[in-house]
Formats: sequence, C-alpha cells, structure tokens
Amino acid sequence: MNNALEISGLKKVYKGGFTALKGIDLTVKQGDFFALLGPNGAGKSTTIGIITSLVNKTAGSVKVFGHDIDKELEQAKSYLGLVPQEFNFNQFETLLTILVNQAGYYGVERSLAFKRAEKYLKKLDLWDKRNDAGRMLSGGMKRRLMIARALMHEPQVLILDEPTAGVDIELRRSMWIFLRELNKQGITIILTTHYLEEAEMLCRNIAIIDSGVIVEDTDMKSLLSKLDQETIVFDIDSITTAPQLDEFTCRLIDDHTLEVDVKKSQLINDIFSQLNGQNINVRSMRNKSNRLEELFVSLVGSGQKVKQESK
Amino acid sequence: MSSKSNFIALKSILYKEINRFMRIWVQTLVPPAITISLYFVIFGELIGSRIGQMGGFDYMSFIVPGLIMMSVITNSYSNVASSFFSAKWQRNVEEMLVAPVPNWVIVAGYVGGGMARGMLVGTIVTLVSLLFVDIQIHNIWVIIATVSLTSATFALGGLINAIFAGSFDDISIIPTFILTPLTYLGGVFYSISLLPDFWQGVSHLNPIVYMVNAFRYGFLGISDVSLTLAFSVLAAFIITLYTIAMTLITKGIGLRS
Repeated sequence: MNNALEISGLKKVYKGGFTALKGIDLTVKQGDFFALLGPNGAGKSTTIGIITSLVNKTAGSVKVFGHDIDKELEQAKSYLGLVPQEFNFNQFETLLTILVNQAGYYGVERSLAFKRAEKYLKKLDLWDKRNDAGRMLSGGMKRRLMIARALMHEPQVLILDEPTAGVDIELRRSMWIFLRELNKQGITIILTTHYLEEAEMLCRNIAIIDSGVIVEDTDMKSLLSKLDQETIVFDIDSITTAPQLDEFTCRLIDDHTLEVDVKKSQLINDIFSQLNGQNINVRSMRNKSNRLEELFVSLVGSGQKVKQESK
Repeated sequence: MSSKSNFIALKSILYKEINRFMRIWVQTLVPPAITISLYFVIFGELIGSRIGQMGGFDYMSFIVPGLIMMSVITNSYSNVASSFFSAKWQRNVEEMLVAPVPNWVIVAGYVGGGMARGMLVGTIVTLVSLLFVDIQIHNIWVIIATVSLTSATFALGGLINAIFAGSFDDISIIPTFILTPLTYLGGVFYSISLLPDFWQGVSHLNPIVYMVNAFRYGFLGISDVSLTLAFSVLAAFIITLYTIAMTLITKGIGLRS
C-alpha cells in the first residue's frame, strides 16, 4: 500500500527562536485513520501547517503520495483536504458560496460544485442553512461547514485539526460516524484531538508528539498493550474503613467508593472474591480514566521524552 | 494544475471579489457617485463657471476625465486592499493558500476584482457626469487602455499594501498620505502647464499625471505629456508592482509563518 504522507527530518524554528519541531519523522499509510496527539504547544498544528503549506518549514521533507511539497507543491496540495482548528471561512458569505468557491480553487466546475455542495450540506445536516451567512451558524454547525468545505474537491487525505473541539457529545458521535464512513470509502484521515477517547475509538495508528519530538509512533493496539496497570472504581455499599485486599492496592475515596489498582497480570475476579469474603457488596464498577489517557499522561506528563529512533 | 483548472480557480476568485463589492454596494458604489456629484456642483458649477477655459475647454469638461480617473484609482486600490486584508484577518485567505492555486492566479484574481470595481465605479461616475456636462470622446481605445492599465496598477498597489498590513489602520495610511495628495496634485483639477517650470518638473515625477493626461487625451484630445511616455510609465509600474506582489506571495510574507 502507498504512503499517503511521508515526513522526514521535519524541523521548524519560528522567528524569535522558538523551536516547534525538532526534526520529526512520520509515515501515514494510504487508507489509514491516524491520530496525532500531543499537549498544547507540542507541535501538532505546526506539523499540519507545514503539510498544508500554511507554515514554512525550516528543514526536512514532506511528501504527499510521493509528491514533494518543495518540488510538486500543487500536486501535493490537490490530494489534501484541511479542516483547521479555528473557523477560517468568510463570515459574511453564504454556505453555498463558501463551498462552491472552495471547489473552484481546486478546478471543480461550478455546476459540479453545486451538486457536491448539496450532497455534503445534506449529509452534514446543513442544507436548510445553505443561504445563511457563515456567521449565523452555531459552533457545531461551523465545524460541520468546515468539514464539508474540505471535502468539496474529494481529497484523498483529510486532515482534521481538533475537529470536535467545543462540539456537544451527540454531535461529536455523529461526526465520528461520518468520519468512519469517509475512511471506509478509502479516504486517509489524519486527526489531531484533545479527546483521547476519540482517538481510541476511531484511529488505527497513532503518534504522540511532545515538545516538537515524536515520543510514540505505533498502532493503537500495541500502544494500549503497553498499559500494565488500570485503576478500577467500585461503587459499594457503605463502609467506614478501607478493606485489606491481598496483592492489590486500594483506596477508600468515600464511604461508597473504592479505587483498586489492577496490574495486567492480575484478575478482577480475585477482587470480587476478596470483597465478597469481607461482606462488601459491589453495586457497579468502571475504569477510573480512559486507558489511552493514562498512557498519554505517562508519555508526555512524566517528562519521559524518548528521542525518536530512526525506523 | 491544468490551464483549465487555473481558469476555473481564477473565475472563482473573480466571482468572490465581484460578489463582495456588489453585496455591499451601498458602501462601495454609492459614495463615489455622491462625492463626484459634489465635485461637479462645487468645482464645476459654482467655482468652475468663474474660472473660464482650461486647455481650450470649459472647466467642467476639463475636469471630468480627471474626476473619473480619480474614482477609478481610489476604488481599484481600496477594493483589493480591504478585501485581501479582510481575507488575511478572517484567515479565509487560507482557503486559497491550501488549494493548488498558482500564485499568479491569486494575484490576477484580486487585481481583476479591483479592476472590476474601479471600472464599474468609473462607469457610474461617467453616467453621473452626463447630468452636468456633455462628454465628447476623442479616442475610445486610449480611454479603455488607460483606464484598464491604471486600475490594474492601483489594484496591484492595494494588494501589496494589504500583504504588508498588520491592522486596518495600515490599509488607510497609504491612501490618506500618499494616494490622495498624488491624485490632487496629478493634474485632475488643472493643467500642469500652468505651473512654474520647477513645479512642472516635479509634477513629472508623479505617475498619476501620466494616467490623468492620457485619459484626458482619450476624451478631449489634449494632454500635458506624450501618450507614449504615459503608456510606458503605466507598463513599467505594472511590471514592477506585479513582480513585487508575486515575490511577496511566493515567499509568504504576511501570509505564512
């Protein structure tokens, strides 16, 4: 399978001397659903900016389906669709005008552009608003408009920079369904997000960037398999002191809530047996945090910054 | 992109630009008509009637080409300056920057939009002037060539201004402190032959003198400068400003971090 995106030795030093990227390497296969995660200021948006030619790189190379942005920028651009983090459409133009003009920049005839605009506006539940100015839309609608705009030239790679930021849960989930559909149709999707659950739900491969360095670049299953401990929260009938559980560390948060650390090699059944033996009734249980979130925090939060090894 | 795709992209930018100034026609098309009517009433009817002839024509007929040209210059410049800066400010210029639109298409699209507004306003002002004076035409081709090249020149100037501008104030500085004085001193209201030799020499450094006089030649058949020199100045300005605009956009000055 072809590489949709190949980044090699990518470096960005902004005016003033701030180094946003310290020479990263990244490869995204065609058809992948790829997550680029990192804390604020890690270099995610700079990376996307360079790929889409909104930011000038300092060093390194970027290829989109083999087309180097230094030598074949227009060909490389024609494969890409971008949904940026901030609303960047003309607030005074109607939705139809925004979409049809955007298609025109990619050489799509107006008659075809109107058909596609209708298709995507209907798909994203914005058709009723087609003659409204962009500024009249709600935040969630504006996000969907930017997705429709990015699809107008039917790109092979869709890059979404925090697409569900500020979007309510119901809408976020409908956007996930839509993005999965696009990916099934063969569109390579590269996603940055703060919602780690989103990355875990959608993406097959993941890279974690921190302080301009890729600290992890692997598939989601391998990454989650690195997690050797989870914390399970038990809702229990009222007790006053924390129970003693052999081989488990536990904490009584309040008289109804017990947290237990469970290593990968341990069985949750053992906890139930021991709690049962101490006449403690369990009403319900859940993971304390998203599994990926725990890994993310351990990778970027503890200062464990592994220099990217050459592949 | 293929030449067909480039043409579609160019049409899209032109459509967007023309749609923009037509949407806000009260701000873009009406004020020049009102301003020019006031010029005709004050300088033409009230003061002009006491001035007598200039260049062999009554004063009203003499100033009409200059007033039309003044509107074309101001509107071509301000259309591109405000539109491109707004696109930068709202960041919707990124719609074009991420697309495979060659830089020359972006320049041509915005300049074409500026020319369209400049020439539409020029037409409106010409129609308004017909209420005050009979307009004669000496050479229609000189009129068309001069108005096209002048509006292209100032549209390019407006684009360069917008590329450098960091705030809305920055797009009003050049029109206020450079463009307006040069226009008023560019022979719109007088023949530079009336000036002392020294100031005639200084006036020849003002490019607007060449544009106004070439345009006036198209209507009245009189000019303070040679047509060849006037068109050479226009061509030199267009080539220089286009080269600067292309270099700035290619380097991403004010557009890419």
